Amino acid sequence: MRPEYYLVLAAILFTIGAAGVLVRRNAIVLFMCIELMLNAANLALVVFSRINGTLDGQVMAFFVMVVAAAEVVIGLAIIMSIFRTRRSASVDDANLLKY
Amino acid sequence: MTHISTGEAFAFWILGSIAVIGALGMVLSRNAVHSALWLVVTMLCLGFLYVVNSAPFLGAVQIIVYTGAIMMLFLFVLMLVGRDATDSLIETLRGQRVAAILLGVGFAILIGTGLARSLGHVPVAGLATVNRDGNVPGIAKLLFTRYVFAFEVTSALLITAAVGAMVLAHVERAKGEAVGQLHRMTERFRPGNYPGPKAGPGVYANTMSVAAPARLPDGNGSERSISPILPVRELTARESAPKGTEK
Repeated sequence: MRPEYYLVLAAILFTIGAAGVLVRRNAIVLFMCIELMLNAANLALVVFSRINGTLDGQVMAFFVMVVAAAEVVIGLAIIMSIFRTRRSASVDDANLLKY
Repeated sequence: MTHISTGEAFAFWILGSIAVIGALGMVLSRNAVHSALWLVVTMLCLGFLYVVNSAPFLGAVQIIVYTGAIMMLFLFVLMLVGRDATDSLIETLRGQRVAAILLGVGFAILIGTGLARSLGHVPVAGLATVNRDGNVPGIAKLLFTRYVFAFEVTSALLITAAVGAMVLAHVERAKGEAVGQLHRMTERFRPGNYPGPKAGPGVYANTMSVAAPARLPDGNGSERSISPILPVRELTARESAPKGTEK
């Protein structure tokens, strides 16, 4: 086995997350899929760091985690305020600007 | 350092397959709470994989921040928003699901083959030299020298996110909406309203269900005693038959 296998695993996880974003309707599940994609990118960064022999990739992954935490906090607050006004967490129901 | 031990290969195959199963379970499960729990499984596996990849600090942060904080936040919001908010099965765009799955498979093949062809013979440097003094001091050295500006900007980002979440989650109440005690009292004693507390739901010899209404003096059930969010459920003949526990 080679370290590239980790990258293939990261690609698979990223793909599952991206497909989930396209397939699911519940806004919270969409957010979870985005988290999965961020995690896959983090795995790739960690493996790149190992391949290159420097710790820069790990620092990047650390920053990605921080940004993901901030993003989740804001995103969930937005979902909650949408739910409060529209009584629904489905992204199909938020179509007021459609036409 | 290109050599990878058999133990690491075992860890990779086991943890990697569990991570993929968790990701698939997250996308495929109908219930949002189940999705969250599947995602926890995936994130735990990824945390272990970080440790295997000589990133113990990131592994710990992954478990603390992701599975600890972020997923609990997700579950918290799920409970607030209503955990039965399942997906609608109506497709707004016809054939979107099939197209999404096809695109996903194509994307996976594209990235996978691209990685395999381009990175097949890249020498692996390994982190043994930079992790000589330990992983955490190594990361700290980088974080507080080369990336110190980004680190400081990160703190601004976190503060902004906290303030933004407070602003978004805050409900502004207009002055006129505040209800005084006088108003509440007149509401309580207005004709047609029963001023006393609501009766509790029934606890009887043959049921201890909160769905069993309290009995009024005439023997009928009191609608006010049961919670309105309880689903109205018709008992089947078998369920409502005596259970043989009565004396």
